[in-house]
Amino acid sequence: MLERRSFLAGAAALAALASSRAAFAAAPTDRRFVLVLLRGGLDGLHALSPHGDQDYRRRRPTLALSPDPVLDLDGYFGLHPALGDLMPLYRAGELLLVPAAATRYRDRSHFDGQNMLENGSGKPYGAEDGWLNRAILGLNGGDRRLGLALGPAVPLILQGPARVRSWSDSDLPAADEDFLARMTVAYQHDPLFAAALRDARGGAKPAVAMGDMAGEPRPAQVYIKAARAAADLLARPDGPRVAVLESQGWDTHFAQERRLTELLGDLSRGLLELKRGLGEAWRETVVMVVSEFGRTAAENGSRGTDHGTGGLALLAGGAVAGGRIVGDWPCLSDRALYEGRDVLAANAYERLFKAVLIGHLGLDLGFVEDRVFPASRAQSPMNGLFRRA
Amino acid sequence: MRDVATFIALNRFGLGAVPGAAEAIGGDPRGWVATQIDRRAAPGTAGGRASAGVLAEMHRAANEGPEQLRATARRLYAGVFWPEIVARARHAIATEQPFAERMALFWSNQFTVSRTRAIVGPAIPAYEREAIRPYVFGRFADMLKAVCRHPCMLSYLDNIVSIGPQSDAGRRRLASGADARTLNENLAREILELHTIGVNGGYGQQDVIELAKAISGWSHGGFRPPQDSRPVHGDFEFRPVFHEPGPKTVLGRTYAEAGADEGHAILDDLARHPATAQHLATKLVRHFIADDPPADAVTRIARVFLASDGDLAAVSRALIDLDAVWREKLPKVKTHYEFVVAVHRAVGNATPRAADVVPPLQTLGQPPFSAPSPQGWGDTARHWIAPEALLRRIEWVRSFAGSLPATLHPARFLDDVIGPVAGDGTRQGVARAPSGDAAIALVLASAEFQRR
Repeated sequence: MLERRSFLAGAAALAALASSRAAFAAAPTDRRFVLVLLRGGLDGLHALSPHGDQDYRRRRPTLALSPDPVLDLDGYFGLHPALGDLMPLYRAGELLLVPAAATRYRDRSHFDGQNMLENGSGKPYGAEDGWLNRAILGLNGGDRRLGLALGPAVPLILQGPARVRSWSDSDLPAADEDFLARMTVAYQHDPLFAAALRDARGGAKPAVAMGDMAGEPRPAQVYIKAARAAADLLARPDGPRVAVLESQGWDTHFAQERRLTELLGDLSRGLLELKRGLGEAWRETVVMVVSEFGRTAAENGSRGTDHGTGGLALLAGGAVAGGRIVGDWPCLSDRALYEGRDVLAANAYERLFKAVLIGHLGLDLGFVEDRVFPASRAQSPMNGLFRRA
Repeated sequence: MRDVATFIALNRFGLGAVPGAAEAIGGDPRGWVATQIDRRAAPGTAGGRASAGVLAEMHRAANEGPEQLRATARRLYAGVFWPEIVARARHAIATEQPFAERMALFWSNQFTVSRTRAIVGPAIPAYEREAIRPYVFGRFADMLKAVCRHPCMLSYLDNIVSIGPQSDAGRRRLASGADARTLNENLAREILELHTIGVNGGYGQQDVIELAKAISGWSHGGFRPPQDSRPVHGDFEFRPVFHEPGPKTVLGRTYAEAGADEGHAILDDLARHPATAQHLATKLVRHFIADDPPADAVTRIARVFLASDGDLAAVSRALIDLDAVWREKLPKVKTHYEFVVAVHRAVGNATPRAADVVPPLQTLGQPPFSAPSPQGWGDTARHWIAPEALLRRIEWVRSFAGSLPATLHPARFLDDVIGPVAGDGTRQGVARAPSGDAAIALVLASAEFQRR
């Protein structure tokens, strides 16, 4: 894959090299942040099971994980066995879990929930760009594109004034440099097309081994390949610093155990690909896994769960002060449930996002509260999540 | 091509110019679009297998075991699904009623069923043919009911496993000591949020639950719980033991217990709800005028929708009659599917090979009936023109143009497909292109061609 689009060779590569040296000298940060969006609504109780909660089994007669296969963490919570590959990270203090976590969104629509999670304004459609894009502006990368979208489309969370790069896998023969140069001229009076082509032509391409990935891609392979590409690019001294990965299929109204076993296994494989590919840079890295909402505390009639509220946040990386479960836990009693059905959202995602931006990426609190998450002053950044404050 | 209105008729309302189309339109682009509104004819390909048979085959195989299901799925995807996709694309490329086809695509996306639920996958082209296409210029309420009762939708959004808590099956479940909820809200929620009144339409969680209760028992003959030994089939089936008894109240109106018919009464009311008119008008105006739909046009379309009781022929005519729809030259971008169809139409490739249709759709990321969620594909520029996506479009047309016989004259080709809207940059690029196929590729990759 490295050879694909080798039009970057020659003069363009020289120019890129020259500008990358300059950019490297002025590197705004060596910290890396990867956000993994699980689209569809992850069932937090299935990934991180409160097997010690007295109501857990009653609410989930068929879905509850018994203490046996659960990978116990603290006698109360345990990881789903499909996340078993993450246990070494937990033991090494590189994995931190936050149960009952969610944005302030409460209305159970995927699309509004995802929009609010990504726009950062505190309400669905409250901003037309994404909070992570606005945060990147604060990193003062100049024209260095610090943001990276994995996939053909740029998700809302990375859309906005800061130019970002994107990568996705494709089998098409590359168009030659001459033709692309002609298209650049032809697009000069159409800002949308001009900007998209300019961004597509800039930036290095990651080395991604095809390996056993040949054949028709299933979504998980797309995600894992994207994780490899992200790691490869983020590891470079002049590479991006902030990346967004997306994974589909988490809306488990039906046959949840089978589907989540597969998806959670893929999720951990992707996280381990990030760790492997980042190498030394893993020490400077925070990966955060989130979803638009959690699911109902009780299972439904089809061995699944419906749209709910409080879910899960998972933080991994060498910069994470992990090996712990943090945040408030509201429990699953009748009185504790939100509207009598959902896990209460006791831990606001915004508190975690702000902690990452300030405690990890080094942004200023004032900037974050003015520009990135306006109307979030009530959600103070959570303390003590990282090894170095 | 004669003028901008012809370009708009062919692209905003149609699926791109074909050789000779401009002559067929003559001097009356509006009239050309309007004559395609014909409620007697369902746009699309005749033939193809009915969904019931395909679904029954899949479910029989599923009952036999995972190995049999895998084999049957492979056979039906290869033998039914993909050939249907090619036939559907060929129809879109060859049709002389491209406005009807565009409306079919619009409504099919409005009522997305995706093969992300693999067991219904091979039957989804038939779902579109059975539940969407007959109503494209018919009544919205009829389409809504056909969609919501269709076995593919009932599986895709989990209604087949939804059990009323006070139904026979629900009470048995509760008596067994389980505390689980039995109702599955998925279809009911999406009916309100996506299919009718919209997320801001003024419903609450209780409305979702009540609608879910009303349609509990709407199922099909492929779903057989262990104790049910009746033969498997793939048609709609009402399952009384799953149906929640008693009256239900949705959006403030109470519906008496009426078994399978309760859902129909509620859907009829939802179909004529003012919030539904507003929601659908917004989506239609976004599709035909601008990503950010102008309020006065939305109001106008919503009014026609309400006044005609959801007559989609009247609504379609009202869209054509909006002055705003003929004003801007290039406000929208084509989806990847529209782009691939338009490329084949432009070069006069009326019966493309599967290899010229399926791989580009997969590489660009929009194979039909594969939307990632029930919301369907997006309908604004940002969904389609991101850096990687644009590069793939360019790469595909560059290599595709190289495979064409060298019979197209670049300057004439430009004039035939984008003439009235072509900017100087594109014209100069084509005039100075290093080869004929590069010039054709340049037209196909131009922003003007990718817009509508």
